[in-house]
Amino acid sequence: MSLLPITQGAEATEEFGGVDATRRNISRRRRISVVWKMTFYLATAIAVSALVVLLLTIINGAFGFVAVKNSIDPVLLTGPDRSMNDLSDAELITIIEENLSSGLVRRYNSEKPLTDRNSADLVAIVRERVVAPEIIESWNLAASLFQPGVIQKYVDQEAPSGTTLEFRVWLTPQFLVRPQSPDAQFAGVRTAVLGSIWLILITAVVAFPLGVGAAIYLEEYAEDNWINRIIQVNISNLAGVPSIIYGLLGLAVFVRFFGPVTSGAFIGVTTTTDATGRTVLSAGLTLALLVLPIIIISAQEAIRAVPQSMRDSSYGLGATKWQTIRHHVLPNSLDRILTGTILAVSRAVGETAPIMLVGASTVILTDPKGLFSQFTALPIQIWQWTARPQTEFRNVAAAAILVLLVLLLSMNAFAIVSRDRIRKRRLL
Amino acid sequence: MSNEPTSTPIIEIRNLSFCYGDFQALENVNMSFVKNEVTALIGPSGCGKSTVLRTIDRMNELIPETRTEGEVLFHGKNIYDDDVDPVEIRRRIGIVFQKPNPFPKSIHDNITWGARINGYRGDMDELVEISLKRTALWDEVKDKLKQNALRLSGGQQQRLCIARTLAVQPEIILMDEPASALDPISTSKIEDLIYELKQRYTIIIVTHNMQQAGRVSDKTAFFMVNDARSGYLVEWGSTEEIFFSPRDPKTEAYISGRFG
Repeated sequence: MSLLPITQGAEATEEFGGVDATRRNISRRRRISVVWKMTFYLATAIAVSALVVLLLTIINGAFGFVAVKNSIDPVLLTGPDRSMNDLSDAELITIIEENLSSGLVRRYNSEKPLTDRNSADLVAIVRERVVAPEIIESWNLAASLFQPGVIQKYVDQEAPSGTTLEFRVWLTPQFLVRPQSPDAQFAGVRTAVLGSIWLILITAVVAFPLGVGAAIYLEEYAEDNWINRIIQVNISNLAGVPSIIYGLLGLAVFVRFFGPVTSGAFIGVTTTTDATGRTVLSAGLTLALLVLPIIIISAQEAIRAVPQSMRDSSYGLGATKWQTIRHHVLPNSLDRILTGTILAVSRAVGETAPIMLVGASTVILTDPKGLFSQFTALPIQIWQWTARPQTEFRNVAAAAILVLLVLLLSMNAFAIVSRDRIRKRRLL
Repeated sequence: MSNEPTSTPIIEIRNLSFCYGDFQALENVNMSFVKNEVTALIGPSGCGKSTVLRTIDRMNELIPETRTEGEVLFHGKNIYDDDVDPVEIRRRIGIVFQKPNPFPKSIHDNITWGARINGYRGDMDELVEISLKRTALWDEVKDKLKQNALRLSGGQQQRLCIARTLAVQPEIILMDEPASALDPISTSKIEDLIYELKQRYTIIIVTHNMQQAGRVSDKTAFFMVNDARSGYLVEWGSTEEIFFSPRDPKTEAYISGRFG
């Protein structure tokens, strides 16, 4: 850096310590700002790398080699030239009847007669029950990529004979549509995804109007007196209450006290004898309570961000309070309110503890069909799978985590897109 | 302290005081405004002239923890009586603020919104055209009425705000330093406009600009701050009188630029 020429009037005065001291002072201040800039850069880098590690860990679990041993080699069933899908329905039924115990065949028939089933269904039964692959060992993606030799050696020397090695992608389309299963290879997340979607809907439908309504009252109508200040402080504190406390509240209020309502017994959906309040409705209401303070606070901030000048010009034209809120305050805060709500709801989707308390089941095979259904949800399913001893369930859990992340990311993406659309419409 | 008005006043302020919490911002103001006249409120910062303006259409009570005492008579009726609805007052007494603040809507909707919420049944397009013509904005925007008002220049926005106020057909227009955020050309347009509008409306304008007060107003009221930092009315009368033969030496000192 070349030095500026020192001219009359530009030279630093005595009060600044002369020219040299001034220049030293400038370079010292510059060094300090560089240090701070690096500090902030480092903070960002640490946060980003933590996220990258998280994502890599999950992806690492969702792909990898598995050593599989089939009870019967599929070739023996189909013959060397054909694959399972080429077999006719009659042939498949014959295979099932020949290889499975008569009790099991009777059970399948009682669910739905084999002859009425389509071929995909039959192939699935043959694969699961007749071929009955058993996972001897599974590896994650890192091991599969970097130590294929070790894995091959294990399969050749230590695994029982007949064991084959295949690369498995645990997150498949079938994984999304299959229900829960005790066998990791045939487990899916359909019930859990549907349960989570029900929870999202109930939470949003209950918490959004309540939250926005309360925010409008507190920002636009409530006077600044001690009662309202206490309410405000309490709402802020409620946002910090641990979620398990909300679970206890939901258990006491929705499951127990309002059991006849949340079980659906009051409108005759279930008979009173087996009625239980442990339904998706109870869980949704609990999650709605959980996110309510967050929605209120973010909606309040959104409403506060509408400039007073806009309200003034509305009132100045002879608008009533409600007309001002309806035509100016709400349209100009809706984007932020929506963003806040969706972020809060996607927070709720990941909650495990409260819905476990209000009765999300860990093992449930039937889809939730309505407000009064028993249910499970993705985080519950993930927790249950990671708690299992078999290594392959960790792969399944990783795949389910990916599903949950995609669900959350698409909700957030929806929030951003709808916010931008509202903003654009406003400023066109 | 005041001269007798020559004709019946449309607004008469009697013993008006105003407090923000414990702080008395305005002390015992008495004055009146005559139909189809422009009155300028002048004085140093914090002297309560904007507060006076906002008490005339009850905008002041939107600020929490404030108290108004005294009377503001509009056609002889105190607007602070319990049976008077501020919503009606604000339609009949329009206000234009210092900073242009059109709604983030189209130019067309900016004009029609106020009329619509007040139950206007006439032809909206006609209303838009008349209002914009009265504020000399029609020729500039007639081809882009659907465009967002925030894309207009500051001066155009302010004239749109005046047009928006005209559209609800008020009798009085309050203006709170309407040109202080504008460039000289826009300012002179606003001043021309005030001159035009006075044929139909009564205008009360707060301004910091002495020349502006001298140019546009028929009457001038001079406010000052007392030792308790409360605003009070020093004197009011015809602009000529206040500018060239003020009775109070403080008025003369302020107008000649010796303080404030």
